[in-house]
Amino acid sequence: MDVAMVNDNNLSKIATNNGHGENSPYFDGWKAYDTNPFHLQHNPNGVIQMGLAENQLCFDLIQEWIEANPSASICTPQGAFDFKEKAIFQDYHGLPEFRTAIANFMSQVRGNRVTFDPTRIVMSGGATGAHETVAFCLANPGEALLVPTPYYPGFDRDLRWRTGVKLLPVVCESSNNFNITQEALETAYEKAKLDNIKVKGLLITNPSNPLGTHFDKETLKDLVTFINDKNIHLICDEIYAGTVTAGDEFVSIAEIIEEEPECNRDLIHIVYSLSKDMGFPGFRVGIVYSYNDHVVSIARKMSSFGLVSTQTQHMLASMLSDNMFVVNFISESRIRLAHRHDMFTRGLAQVGIGSLESNAGLFFWMDLRRFLKEPTFESEMTFWRIIINEIKLNVSPGQSFHCSEPGWFRVCFANMDDETTMIALRRIKTFVLKNKMLEVKIKTQKQCWQNNQHLKLSSRRLDEILTPHRMSPHSPLAWMSPHSPLASPLVRAQN
Amino acid sequence: MLSAKITCNSHGQDSSYFIGWEAYEKNPYDEIKNPNGIIQMGLAENQLSFDLLESWLQNNPQPAAFKNHNDQSIFKELALFQDYHGLPAFKNALVRFMSDIRGNTVTFNPNNLVLTAGATSANETLMFCLANPGDAFLIPTPYYPGFDRDLKWRTGAEIVPIQCSSLNGFRITKSALEEAYKQAEKQNLKVKGILVTNPSNPLGTSLSLHELDLLVNFISTKNIHLISDEIYSGTVFNSPSFISIMDVLKNRNLVNTEIAKRVHIVYSLSKDLGLPGFRIGAIYSNDELVVSGATKMSSFGLISSQTQYLLSEILSDNKFTKMYLSENRRRLKERHEMLVQGLQKSGIRCLQSNAGLFCWVDMRHLLSSKTFEGEIELWKKIVYEVGLNISPGSSCHCSEPGWFRVCFANMSEEILVLAMQRVITFVESTVKKNSQSRHQQLLNRNASRRTKSLPKWVFELSFQRELIATDER
Repeated sequence: MDVAMVNDNNLSKIATNNGHGENSPYFDGWKAYDTNPFHLQHNPNGVIQMGLAENQLCFDLIQEWIEANPSASICTPQGAFDFKEKAIFQDYHGLPEFRTAIANFMSQVRGNRVTFDPTRIVMSGGATGAHETVAFCLANPGEALLVPTPYYPGFDRDLRWRTGVKLLPVVCESSNNFNITQEALETAYEKAKLDNIKVKGLLITNPSNPLGTHFDKETLKDLVTFINDKNIHLICDEIYAGTVTAGDEFVSIAEIIEEEPECNRDLIHIVYSLSKDMGFPGFRVGIVYSYNDHVVSIARKMSSFGLVSTQTQHMLASMLSDNMFVVNFISESRIRLAHRHDMFTRGLAQVGIGSLESNAGLFFWMDLRRFLKEPTFESEMTFWRIIINEIKLNVSPGQSFHCSEPGWFRVCFANMDDETTMIALRRIKTFVLKNKMLEVKIKTQKQCWQNNQHLKLSSRRLDEILTPHRMSPHSPLAWMSPHSPLASPLVRAQN
Repeated sequence: MLSAKITCNSHGQDSSYFIGWEAYEKNPYDEIKNPNGIIQMGLAENQLSFDLLESWLQNNPQPAAFKNHNDQSIFKELALFQDYHGLPAFKNALVRFMSDIRGNTVTFNPNNLVLTAGATSANETLMFCLANPGDAFLIPTPYYPGFDRDLKWRTGAEIVPIQCSSLNGFRITKSALEEAYKQAEKQNLKVKGILVTNPSNPLGTSLSLHELDLLVNFISTKNIHLISDEIYSGTVFNSPSFISIMDVLKNRNLVNTEIAKRVHIVYSLSKDLGLPGFRIGAIYSNDELVVSGATKMSSFGLISSQTQYLLSEILSDNKFTKMYLSENRRRLKERHEMLVQGLQKSGIRCLQSNAGLFCWVDMRHLLSSKTFEGEIELWKKIVYEVGLNISPGSSCHCSEPGWFRVCFANMSEEILVLAMQRVITFVESTVKKNSQSRHQQLLNRNASRRTKSLPKWVFELSFQRELIATDER
């Protein structure tokens, strides 16, 4: 008998299928970066990582706090007397001071417009663990959750892999800035019905990854109406809540249900984490906050599979109950994110690259449709490999986010310093300007207002990569198109 | 509206194991504030050697303060580190530690180690990797109550018990293995493997070479997996010395064979180092598919990088770990003897054991009836009247009523002494009560019956009364 087959037969289906999702192109870029990572001194020609949604802008503030508060590190002399107590504490309710501090932080991030009950705070192994736990609680194998596209690729693994739950897309389009429409929701719901799949809930990420936008009150209220009508759950992933640069504008689902007394609270669940707002993905702090008592109780039992280390709970309890620090951190973080976001958008606009208007997240949704040879996902892939191998930037192609339209890319901007940011921008500018000999082919399509301009990069070097379809490089339309992204409403208004 | 998992009971938290915990929570012993409260003896924790860790921390303040050997802060690097392959320095130190525990007779490859948030997560993850919903794992009884949740709840796997008996000290036998396998087949369950805890919880014994050989032969014949949960491996305080499943594979020249690929170890620092709050678990497997799958799954429960770093520093200090392991063992041995002798004074015997943080105690003779109802009745008395939270054997799926797990390493010496006193008082009064009521029954019977020989229990009771009387001198 074949050895490999014996092995496969001996393992579970879950262990041997592709449910972990790591064969998606989202991870290919990571791999390319790993083999040739950029370093200012040691490898200045390496690949710059712009595919990682990390927040590295405020570590100096945290550093300062850590130095000034040594007892938060329980094993320093100041905190040593706490050591034994914390080391043996494995109660899945978590340290009371930790839960209180997290509830307080969540409230501060939302400008104290809502408060959170510490007894509803349930720990999990990062937001990754939180999502899986919520899926286990709300859906049986074979049942489904609706998710608006484009969405974070990790959901395919987190919500489906070991749970057997399905994810069904709610298609959002660039024609209306990827907003969720009632039509799209109903279409997705009806399709599931036709396919005999039971829909148990709707999962939204607010602010959105990868769009970097957040939902307005109206939309959230419409969503609440929709899920109440269908009697399905609403899972709100709010892990980017603190990254909304105009803080007052963010509306949490927690605020909505205060204003909608008819909403069945048993249907509302929030997923949170400190990985994005604070930049602590290594500490694995995931939170499930449910308004459904039964879910809180069971999720808490499930949290045994991914509790937060008490060493970490203790440190964060100290840090996040320091209100002065928290308020200052949240506001400073917003300022720095806004500044970095601006830097990038401006730099890209200078070479005619636009992005979806946004004011949240650690990335923006870049519009590179005009660089595709054809409006296909194959073209998107081809161009993406150029970005990695030629421009040497790891960005994430829209198809890995299940985007319905090719040509969109997610570009992260908060995981590098200013200098690297400048280098990344320079590389993009250089690439675009070097390939000035462009061909333009404009197609107008009646139903679509959006930009269908095709710019073909036809320099000699690229001939080898691209297919033979070419337009005249001398077309006067190359730089004079009325559809130039500089005029597009999608780009942030320039002063 | 909610999933079936929410509404079922497979999380196992209605079992007496957890009820005892709850009773303790409501009325916990405190020397000053609540001297009549319940003493916790149901928690398999190792609190005996914290002073050793604390002094290490005082002498090495940098790791916990996010500093490296050059006193530079590495906070940012740690805060961002979420690679599921784990901190290399930590894995290297951990495999070295595991090897030290086994007297360096085997070595472990850090690339075959997968880090998880505690052994709870490790066991569940292995189930997800090895069993499909409806598949079964065979587990020797009595076993850790948490397995019902960890192995079955979200995975849909089943557990079929390998019944072990007090007649041979609860050792695993070939016929018990065969019988369990047959039972699974009868229930139409596909057996994917066996899971053993070595040293055993709740028995406190380490598996003999004979048992380990039996297991290897069995998994070889049946072509199934073997999971060896070795989280108590560092608590072996008496001979016979610990034999790891890896030792057996090595000695039988089975390393690098297909059989070796089906052997997986679960480890944790919750028992050996007494750090359950830090959530440090690991899976070790020789099968790269299992390592690869489990690594990806570990995303659902990674170890905090802050904790990985601290432990990598502690475990890399080889002088410290050697000293810790030997001193810890010495203290456990001492404490174990205290409990065994303390119970002996009350005429209560323990299963002879050489490891663990607990004893497997024989209270069959104190049962009012040799049934599980009798066991629960006795257990309730012990919890609520005597004020000791111990774990009834039925919660560990023991096939015979009357056995209890009693922990000895999670309290101070003074409290253990107090607990033993309470036991003596209780047994004395029970014996008195039983003999009074039975004496009364005897009196009420036919006179002619008095000429027949008295039942054995009368002599047992009087023997115990004599024991107590003797010891009190």
